[in-house]
Amino acid sequence: MTFPLLSIIVFTPITFGVLLLFFPAENHRAIRVTALIGATIALGASVFAYFSYDQAAAGYQFIEKVPWIPTFGISYHVGVDGMNLPLVLLTGVVMFTGVLISWGIDDRPRDFFAFLFILATGVFGVFASLDLFQLFFFYEIAVFPMYLLIAIWGWKVTREYAAMKLTLYLFVGSVIALIGGLAMYFAAGMNSFDMLELESAGFSTVFQKIWFPFVFFGFAVLGGIFPVHNWSPDGHVAAPTAVSMFHAGVLMKLGAFASLRVGIMLLPEGAKFWAPLILALATVNVVYGAFIASVQTDFKYVIGFSSVSHMGLVLLGFATLNLDGMTGAGIQMFSHGVMTALFFAVVGMVYDRAHTREIPRLGGFAKLMPLVAVAFIIGGLVSMGMPGFSGFIAEFPIFMGLWQTQPIVAIIAAISIVITAGYIMRVVGRVFFGELPAEFEGKITPINNLDRLALVVLAAILILIGVYPSIMAPLVESGAEAVLALVGGA
Amino acid sequence: MQIETLIWLIPLPPLLAFFMIVLGAYRSNRISHSIAIGSMLLSWGGAMFVFWRAITADDLGQHPFNSTISWLPTGETAFNLGVLIDPLSAITLFFVAWTCLAIFIYSVGYHNFGKPRDERDRAGLPPQAGGIEPMYARFFAFISLFAFGMLTLVLSDNLLLLFIGWEIMGLCSYLLIGFWYGKPSARDAMVKAFMTTRVGDVFMLLGLAYLYSATGTLSYREILFNEPTLEMLASTASVIPALSTAGLVGLLLFIGTVGKSAQWPLHVWLPDAMEGPTPVSAMIHAATMVSAGVYLIVRTFPLLTAGWHAGGALTPTMTVIAFIGAFTALFAATIAVAQNDVKRVLAYSTISQLGYMVAAVGIGAFVAAAFHLVTHAFFKALLFLGSGSVIHGMEHGVHDTHEHVDPQDMFNMGGLRKKMPVTFWTFLIGGFALSGFPILTAGFWSKDEILADAFAHHQWAVFITLAVAALLTAFYTMRQITLTFLGEHRTKAAAHAHESVWTMTLPLVILSVFALGIGWLGIPEGFPAIGGLIPNWFHDFIGGSLPEHPETIAFNAVPLLVSIGVALGGLLLGWLTYRRVPAGGEDPLKKPLGPVFKVLQNKYYFDEFYAAFIVRPAYWLAETFTYRWIDRGVIDGFLHWTGRTSLKIGSFLRNAIDIPIVNGAGDLVGEGVKKAGHRFRVIQTGRVQEYLIIGIVFTGIIISYLLVFRP
Repeated sequence: MTFPLLSIIVFTPITFGVLLLFFPAENHRAIRVTALIGATIALGASVFAYFSYDQAAAGYQFIEKVPWIPTFGISYHVGVDGMNLPLVLLTGVVMFTGVLISWGIDDRPRDFFAFLFILATGVFGVFASLDLFQLFFFYEIAVFPMYLLIAIWGWKVTREYAAMKLTLYLFVGSVIALIGGLAMYFAAGMNSFDMLELESAGFSTVFQKIWFPFVFFGFAVLGGIFPVHNWSPDGHVAAPTAVSMFHAGVLMKLGAFASLRVGIMLLPEGAKFWAPLILALATVNVVYGAFIASVQTDFKYVIGFSSVSHMGLVLLGFATLNLDGMTGAGIQMFSHGVMTALFFAVVGMVYDRAHTREIPRLGGFAKLMPLVAVAFIIGGLVSMGMPGFSGFIAEFPIFMGLWQTQPIVAIIAAISIVITAGYIMRVVGRVFFGELPAEFEGKITPINNLDRLALVVLAAILILIGVYPSIMAPLVESGAEAVLALVGGA
Repeated sequence: MQIETLIWLIPLPPLLAFFMIVLGAYRSNRISHSIAIGSMLLSWGGAMFVFWRAITADDLGQHPFNSTISWLPTGETAFNLGVLIDPLSAITLFFVAWTCLAIFIYSVGYHNFGKPRDERDRAGLPPQAGGIEPMYARFFAFISLFAFGMLTLVLSDNLLLLFIGWEIMGLCSYLLIGFWYGKPSARDAMVKAFMTTRVGDVFMLLGLAYLYSATGTLSYREILFNEPTLEMLASTASVIPALSTAGLVGLLLFIGTVGKSAQWPLHVWLPDAMEGPTPVSAMIHAATMVSAGVYLIVRTFPLLTAGWHAGGALTPTMTVIAFIGAFTALFAATIAVAQNDVKRVLAYSTISQLGYMVAAVGIGAFVAAAFHLVTHAFFKALLFLGSGSVIHGMEHGVHDTHEHVDPQDMFNMGGLRKKMPVTFWTFLIGGFALSGFPILTAGFWSKDEILADAFAHHQWAVFITLAVAALLTAFYTMRQITLTFLGEHRTKAAAHAHESVWTMTLPLVILSVFALGIGWLGIPEGFPAIGGLIPNWFHDFIGGSLPEHPETIAFNAVPLLVSIGVALGGLLLGWLTYRRVPAGGEDPLKKPLGPVFKVLQNKYYFDEFYAAFIVRPAYWLAETFTYRWIDRGVIDGFLHWTGRTSLKIGSFLRNAIDIPIVNGAGDLVGEGVKKAGHRFRVIQTGRVQEYLIIGIVFTGIIISYLLVFRP
């Protein structure tokens, strides 16, 4: 048996999460250091996996398969290809920077990190899954701690409401998807939950058309598809900083990825049939999210709704069902994950010091926290698709793909970039430039080195991909080709 | 060193300068500007060397300097990025390097280098009394980054790298317009500029996406010099009926130009952009960035005109371009006539002159458009820098006399000729070049060529529109010169103005040499008397940028006479009208024009129109409709309704079914037994004799029953 790299990535967080529980709760320092070690190992292993993936060979690699519940054909089966490998790396990055950002949490840090790490294992597990049952299993592991993390450590004003809203939406979504998954299992009649086997099950076109919406839209709830996107901004805002980073950065990709992996890849005929609807809803996402973001006065809500808008681009890329769009969507998942983690980190840093997120009450922070301002501006440039940053590398292929399928959608989605530019510029102008309100004079403490490290890591990734796209684009493209091989033609 | 390697290196020094200043050199103003100017000198030196090699090369058009690297492998092919020097980029590089260098040097004086820091000055506001700019180093960092963007754009061999440079410049333009961010007007202007150009940019991006998916490349040479590809693009239909693929791509790219070069209807940002420091106006909003918009359509000329043959009918795309250009040229010129701010006049003039170039591209006059692009960059940069020098002089006057007058209002000036001789003479040269003063100035030759081309190809509407615009141009230019420099001082501040420092006047002198001389490189061969004395080098050289060398047009006296007539006539009218404006006097045109003047002064109310019909509805759509009604109202409303309904159903189940019926049934059993037990308890007395009696009674009943009822 080869070195179980993926299992190490998947189980490192939960191992450290359990380990943390043995520490005395008051020993904050030891807890934080242990958490950082765990996150560093997970990040290191994901980076190693990313760079040791053999691009020339493509296909699934680092495969491990162990029977789990043989009676039902359930196995523990993991492997990565060009589509999910970047997402594994993304999770490692967000986990690592999330721990750095959460250094200052004083309220039960032991439990906080333990839950966060259970969540991380769930996320890693979903991304690496090649078994449908296992995917659902990890999916629930990922969703469940979210409730506690928001309800306990969240923003006091809305945390209970938001945690409940989020959990209800996501469980309803996953139940619907589960029904679809079970339908596939029984229809295939192969006594196997293995997705590689289900890919060749030869479901009839009618079957695919009927069950595709269950699976796709069930998971797409977590991807924030309109009109069931509404849990996400509320959830983002109520969550503590590191959880928001995870939430918007990784969890929404979980939904999008599962929609792709289970929906489009297992039921390609269904995908073709339903693509126009996805296209329409995702277009609404893009424009709608941008519009709402542009009128929010709460800094965090601006970013929350911008995620709704940007996830729309991911879904648009999927719906093109062509190579350009699919590749763009894959890169966008990664790029948006890093970008939005950066955004929420910045929002958290500002909020921790100003104790308000009302944009009109903020101002002049560039002078007090220049690095934070620069980081936010870099994130902003990514989000408006500036060339030289990763957002452009993602959006340009998406628009190319869209133009081939639906030019009018391309035009509408492109106009939303103008709105994006508008709200980013508004936030930059108001929060970071402009006058520093007198109440903050002398009260804003500088950020610490761990915060700096987190910002630099996130921003550097965004620039690196923008300047040197070869580091990611060909990899994702190989994954997109595999998807399209299943979809066929189109 | 290979010439190609050198080309790659040209844009880099300003980028390095940017990082060096940002990462530490900003602490010293002297080191910052030395780094910036030094880097620009390096780029300028490289550019001049490359330019010299380009003009001495054999048939550069067919054998350009080209070098590419693989940037993004896609499928079997790879997306290559590269640099290209062909005649068009060589000549553009030439004027960009010169104007940027001049403006870098000028900025030193403009920002009062060498003066002590005035304690009253605050970062984000212009210095009040001649102290050094508080954010001096930051300014040089930004303009260095800008220069990097512009040089990248010029040297690119493909549309993607061009777009990258284009966006970098857009960002710098945003940052520099809002350089004095303490002024609310500057903050509004920076956002307005960014957003308006962004509208153009996304359409351009779509054009690129479309072009790339249609051809699989964005390289100039692979598309523009590829006859079959162009033919394919021109003959395949696009999603819009009546437009070929080439036509639609061209139109989308052109919308990018409309935004960047501030053409109607996206022109509104440029005048407001004058809120930035004057070197910024000169560099970004006159010589380089706005020229980049025109550069794009000149560069993609074969694509825009695919399916058109010289002398034939214009394609729909060309018609649109010609219309927008000609209309903008006239439209902006009329507004310029009624502006009093010395920089705003120039801003509208820039919009108008860019309209000339756009119109020239629209009617297929490639060489004329490129020629005017070059000459305009020089004389308009000169005029802006001159106006900056004037404002500087006036500010000194205002400071010395403590007179509260607007130092940018031309009606507060007058008589500066004697106070600021170098500024006056160079401004005069620039102004005459702009007006197209015959023979001597560069502007004459390039403008004349556009008019001659329109005339020769029977584009009467364009010809007449541009001729009228040229008359207005000469008129408002002379209005500006007369009000500013001639006559008597209209304020005490004007009387106390003085000439600017050498770092500001030297660039003026350099640029005025070009504003005069550069035109002689493009004198048509058929021109009376002097034609042919100097070969028409420009036409021969720049024509090589096209797959087929464009033909020269036969000389015709009519457009020449028109061009001379409107230039001299406009200048004369301007002088006659404005030479006797007294102190505190109003514009002599105000009375005769009446309400028309007010409309012009208010720029046809475009800002108000956009605010009422685009900005406010957009906010309503976002805030009220999308957010309040749909998101919080319908979607959340439905969710909350579901929640409340579930609660109601729950409480109904509990109160109406669970408690009375289910519980009731359960309770009935328990309670019944309990009650029965309760009842029977009375007989549980514990006395044996009572039990016996009960036993006997029951036995008696049973026996009676058996005897009586069982026969």
